[in-house]
Amino acid sequence: MTAGTGIGARVPRREDKRFLTGTGRYVDDLPLARATYAYFLRSPHAHAKIKTIDTTAAKAMPGVVEIFTGKDTAESKMGGLICGWVVKDKNGEPHKAPAHPVMALDTVRYVGDTVAMVVANSIDEAKDAAEAIKVDYDVKPANVDLAHALDKGAPEVHPEAPGNLIYDWEIGVKADVEAAFAKAAHVTKLDIVNNRLIPNAMEPRAAAAEYDKGTGNYTLWSTSQNPHVLRLILSAFVLGIPEHKLRVVAPDVGGGFGSKIFCYNEETMVCWAASRVGRPIKWTAERSESFMTDAHGRDHVTHAELAMDKEGKFLALKVETIANMGAYLSTFSTAVPTYLYATLLAGQYTTPLIYANVKAAVTHTAPVDAYRGAGRPEATFVIESIVSKAAVEMKMDTADLRRKNFIPTEAFPYQTPVALQYDSGNYPPIIDEAIKISDYKGFEARRAEAKSRGKLRGIGFSSYIEACGLAPSNVVGSLGAGVGQWESAQIKFNPTGNVQVMTGAHSHGQGHETTFAQLIHDKLGVPMDQIEIVHGDTATTPFGMGTYGSRSLAVGGSAIMKATDKIIAKGKKVAAHLMEADVADVEFENGTFKVAGTDKSVPLGQVVFAAYVPHNYPLAEVEPGMDENAFYDPANFVYPSGTQICEVEIDPETGEVEVIAHTAVDDFGNIINPMIVEGQVHGGIVQGVGQALMEAAVYDKTTGQLTSGSYMDYTMPRADNFPSFKLGYKTTPCPHNPLGVKGCGEAGAIAAPAAVMNAVRDALAPLGIKHVEMPATSLNIWQTIQGAHRAAA
Amino acid sequence: MTGTHVGCDTSQCGACVVEIDGKSVKSCTILAVQVEGSKVTTIEGLAPSADKLHPMQEAFRDNHALQCGFCTPGMVMSAIDMVKRNNYQLDEATVRRELEGNLCRCTGYHNIVKAILAAAPAMKSAGV
Repeated sequence: MTAGTGIGARVPRREDKRFLTGTGRYVDDLPLARATYAYFLRSPHAHAKIKTIDTTAAKAMPGVVEIFTGKDTAESKMGGLICGWVVKDKNGEPHKAPAHPVMALDTVRYVGDTVAMVVANSIDEAKDAAEAIKVDYDVKPANVDLAHALDKGAPEVHPEAPGNLIYDWEIGVKADVEAAFAKAAHVTKLDIVNNRLIPNAMEPRAAAAEYDKGTGNYTLWSTSQNPHVLRLILSAFVLGIPEHKLRVVAPDVGGGFGSKIFCYNEETMVCWAASRVGRPIKWTAERSESFMTDAHGRDHVTHAELAMDKEGKFLALKVETIANMGAYLSTFSTAVPTYLYATLLAGQYTTPLIYANVKAAVTHTAPVDAYRGAGRPEATFVIESIVSKAAVEMKMDTADLRRKNFIPTEAFPYQTPVALQYDSGNYPPIIDEAIKISDYKGFEARRAEAKSRGKLRGIGFSSYIEACGLAPSNVVGSLGAGVGQWESAQIKFNPTGNVQVMTGAHSHGQGHETTFAQLIHDKLGVPMDQIEIVHGDTATTPFGMGTYGSRSLAVGGSAIMKATDKIIAKGKKVAAHLMEADVADVEFENGTFKVAGTDKSVPLGQVVFAAYVPHNYPLAEVEPGMDENAFYDPANFVYPSGTQICEVEIDPETGEVEVIAHTAVDDFGNIINPMIVEGQVHGGIVQGVGQALMEAAVYDKTTGQLTSGSYMDYTMPRADNFPSFKLGYKTTPCPHNPLGVKGCGEAGAIAAPAAVMNAVRDALAPLGIKHVEMPATSLNIWQTIQGAHRAAA
Repeated sequence: MTGTHVGCDTSQCGACVVEIDGKSVKSCTILAVQVEGSKVTTIEGLAPSADKLHPMQEAFRDNHALQCGFCTPGMVMSAIDMVKRNNYQLDEATVRRELEGNLCRCTGYHNIVKAILAAAPAMKSAGV
């Protein structure tokens, strides 16, 4: 490794200068000549029949170019939006797949469902015209209460999904689990809700499209985490534009957290309408549209039971969950509460028997799909809540109960009872380090000191496991995925020795331009300023799967490493010729090819030049050029793990919860850029604490109105809600990828909610309070405390 | 100029903050006619030259105080005003409290706070 900028170095980010000087290029920034602007008319009702839509007056408004409704899209034979993962229910039947029209036909199914698209010369004219569209609705009862969404008589969302059930899925052998419960010394039971969240990337979703009449080519600029997948879906399923005639570009993307993975109707419509209008079309969501129409996250109602022997050894776990899908099945929605949730229910523990039943329900709410962690935070929240509750009931130390049940370090690779085989891990040193950093031993003294000030202090643990870098393709295919889960890389040297690295992954804030360059610099010895990372454009990058599920380094980085191997292998042949040596004797180190045991050497740059100007070159054996592709399909998921410890203080007079300290110790395998990894952990923790203490997407149970539809009503975490965090690392390299890396993007958000809520419950325990649901807002806590006082009176 | 961003429709997010006559202002709530005769500085006007960044920009880069970059222009503009208003002397609690009007969804604020604390003395010694 080259000191200072290679693997393991805290290299400042190369992308920062443009973001810091206002020269980043996001979709909304694009200057498009003769652009028109789109505005989407949204349903104000959660559930209604559309009797008529009258656009006559609106079409006559100033500046209006065109207005489209569901009738137009239906007549054009456009396909509906798809769900790309077929989950088979417990009888082996594929999930119910209700139609998802790009624009509503005769029914609207959530507040924000798309009714019409207005294209005008300016956005203001488009909005004015939208107001003049007359829609006659026949309002129907709405089904927005998840706990009762599957009840008999609940308003039906789709005729294709009787009783609102998308699937009734299970994993594990129920009879075996029941038998273990029958023998248990103690059973801990938990009813718990995983609150619904709205992702809130700071850049709202945006799309712009242009159609070239001369060539028949479309260009779509989109705030996408995975432009190739978006193009594939639009081409193969929705618009029918052949892939080679559609270019999808995702320039700088301002955060996503999952919400920009999916194929949405607005980008579809903008692309479709561009050829009909004959001018480019731009659309950028307003924040209130983001609240209404970005795919939401989480939203589970769960009952769980944990069976233990008298020493606290876990014998079996059973979990029943109802998962909200929203009104339509979004791109990956069906996989989230099944293969990304129930398969994680072993956590870090040896629980030998697990049974989970998941029922997915449609409701009259926005679609729900993957949001930072996607299924894994929900699993961790269930496990770590019930384990902490069990420790209280068993009168055991919460850390000791965890340690007693950890998968032993020597047991890896470890086959869990819920399909996954954990490749590596070493959990005890992680919890020990977290205990040390957080001074767990000194906690009771701090609790007593807080009590003297009239405050309730609590401490909570969360030991998480994550499966990320979804893989391998043949396994995910057998589980119903519609795509492979490999990643691509292309390393293209230019004749003058600098290099462009094309990756199928796509950063939306993760710093790939720096981390991936560090890999190239470390492996090939090319100076950092001679390396360009190219991503986010289907015209310039090989087909790739994009960025989600903490996969970019583990899968995309591994593809880059594979491509560097090919560069070195080819370079050795060329170098052998230039040095008149045998290929077998050529070694590559620090950017230089050498003949072993001699002082003969030739730098990579010279080899590259010879490959492009092959005057003295082994043309009979080697092709000219220095340009290699690689595709990497992992052998398994990667399994980051860690423990977070949160310490809170509650003011019993106001119910206010203050996070006093938050510690995270993680095992991410090898770390390429510690600075970037820390940033990912910080951000994840804040999203997790946000879920625990303040965030909630709330629909009015009667009307189905989204009552948390702006930053006035949906509490976003702010700087003064947090202390600085304390982080630590332990390392067990991933044994099956060339970098030994795991993923770090989601860990913070996965572990934090349980750590915070266990701390809150611990703080309130002296009042006899056993359970509090998220978010633990001051109102929620105050009411809970008042309830406890009344019960005690 | 596209550096200044619109991140919400309720004057909450702070992605649109610019400097008007030396004060940080959420530009989404200001009409163009209101700044007639005023000096407006946006994120594009901060760096003294193409090669040199303002100390606050430098501190954001050195401390990894940005990820997706979307909130960054507003964060930086707010932070500069914060440092000046507090006479180049800040502590963590003050920084966190005064960041109330700026939302970031990526960084968890940890490194933004660090960057602002590092920039305060740097701005003072640079005389900006």
